[in-house]
Amino acid sequence: MAIVAQSSKFSTFGRPVLAWAVGLLFFFPIFWLFLTSFKTDADAVKPEYLLFFTPTLENYLNMTQNYDYWRFATNSVVTSVFATVFTLVVGIPAAYAMAFNPSRGTKDILMWMLSTKMLPAAAVLYPMTFLTKGLGLFDTHFLIILVLSLINLPIVVWMLFTYFKEIPKDIIEAGKMDGVNTWGEIKEILIPLAWGGIASTALLCFIFCWNEAYWTVRLTTTDAATLSKLIEGNRAPEGLFFGRLSAVSTAAIGPIVVLGWFCQKQLVQGLTFGAVK
Amino acid sequence: MGRIVLNKVSKSFGETLVIPPLDLTIEDGDFTVFVGPSGCGKSTLLRMIAGLEELTSGDIEINDKDVTQVSPSKRGLAMVFQSYALYPHMTVRKNIGFPLRMQKMAPAEIDKRVENAAASLNLVDYLDRKPGQLSGGQRQRVAIGRAIVRDPLAFLFDEPLSNLDAALRVGMRLEINEMHARMKTTMIYVTHDQVEAMTMADKIVVLRAGLIEQIGSPLDLYHRPQNVFVAGFIGSPKMNIFSGPEAEKVNAHSIGIRPEHTEVSMTKGAWKGRVGVAEHLGSDTFIHVHDTGLADILTVRISGDISLKHGDKIFLSPQTDRIHKFDEEGLRIE
Repeated sequence: MAIVAQSSKFSTFGRPVLAWAVGLLFFFPIFWLFLTSFKTDADAVKPEYLLFFTPTLENYLNMTQNYDYWRFATNSVVTSVFATVFTLVVGIPAAYAMAFNPSRGTKDILMWMLSTKMLPAAAVLYPMTFLTKGLGLFDTHFLIILVLSLINLPIVVWMLFTYFKEIPKDIIEAGKMDGVNTWGEIKEILIPLAWGGIASTALLCFIFCWNEAYWTVRLTTTDAATLSKLIEGNRAPEGLFFGRLSAVSTAAIGPIVVLGWFCQKQLVQGLTFGAVK
Repeated sequence: MGRIVLNKVSKSFGETLVIPPLDLTIEDGDFTVFVGPSGCGKSTLLRMIAGLEELTSGDIEINDKDVTQVSPSKRGLAMVFQSYALYPHMTVRKNIGFPLRMQKMAPAEIDKRVENAAASLNLVDYLDRKPGQLSGGQRQRVAIGRAIVRDPLAFLFDEPLSNLDAALRVGMRLEINEMHARMKTTMIYVTHDQVEAMTMADKIVVLRAGLIEQIGSPLDLYHRPQNVFVAGFIGSPKMNIFSGPEAEKVNAHSIGIRPEHTEVSMTKGAWKGRVGVAEHLGSDTFIHVHDTGLADILTVRISGDISLKHGDKIFLSPQTDRIHKFDEEGLRIE
């Protein structure tokens, strides 16, 4: 009985306290970033102004006037949306085929796809740079959409495969008996049944695309540059301007934090592959 | 109306031969039951007829048309699955109407057919519910409704009652029987339950390890099992089968006697034994008899009730004209 009482005490008080502590620990850097974005570059580095300071919009005005924030933001939206759509258009049929018509090689293909994520991106930096420049694709939206799609495709196919596997095979076969063709199976049965899984996969894919920095920084200059590039650009050359950098970073992560906030449930479901009931 | 002919069909999964080449004809309007222990290939055979499983060799004809390469939906067959396989995101109405919508039938005609099917299956009040809000029996009715609306050449049932509780199973069994009597459409029904097979079938196909052990009417199989396997599989409680001196007396390797074809006496009889467990069903009593020297346990079925205690001495006499004789290979001796 004593053990039961203890564990219930923990779940009533201990667990929420622990959750809040961990939550605050993770949230603090974002909060700090947000505060710093309203400080002058001079105030930003002074510890005594950590929480109490005279707020200013200078950094944000500077960002929109001198750095064309909206162009970077538009590029981020365009590339992330199109890359997510493209990834799903390729990923859904691929995962469907592997989940419901597996062959002997299916497991190997899945492993091979995952193994591409193990390759360090830096290893192919030079070939990618030369190739894209040679093909005239450097700094184009098309290239960024293609790269974002391809680097996220393995994880998207894996996630969708896992969701699709949960759909009983009988239902797909009943569809076959009822006269549905392959496209009909996907449209009438698979997508409606796996809608939650597809939505959380899409959301995660969108977030990964939005946050991607390695390739978007290196394969763009101006035309297709995303918010990652904007942050990057505010970093080194003139020293570390923390106020300005924080404003740019806040503006870059803002949309995704808001999106994440509203879609918490789907995200958790996506990250746990539907294990949470 | 559909006549289904299997010519030398076989199935292998990789190196494993699940169904050696077999021939089978299912006559138009017949209620045929595939029965056998689990893993005997009965479901695989049904799925091959449905087109959900490719044939390794052989061909399948429906109404004299070779359908071996024809997709499942174009074969004109409807299937009812053990798991019901309803579309959980659609209402009962949409579920039943789905195959018709796929045929691009006019919505008014679909509605009419769905209403008719629902009326015959007592589902009218549930048309706007989702499958998740229905009981197991109602779900299975929806699955049957989805099969009926298509007006198929034949119905395929893959253990449709296995997920239902015992009482519901008996009720649904009757409904399917009545449906067959009414529609007279060919039906192929897969089950591992020999009671279902006996009560429903016009013709039973007993399978073991992919081989057809015997084809016949339920009473054929009961009265004249062609081998020891069929003798033991059909009938409940199981036939008592044993070898030894008693079998040699009638020039057989082994003999079988059904529990209900044995007389019981407390004073005299051909065989002597001790009562083990007596199961009282009210209408019948099953007595498990030990120490007969014939088999470990002999089961006897007598109608009505009898008061017996564990360990009581008992005498058994088989009805000699009901003894089944088998040779060394387990085949029936006439």
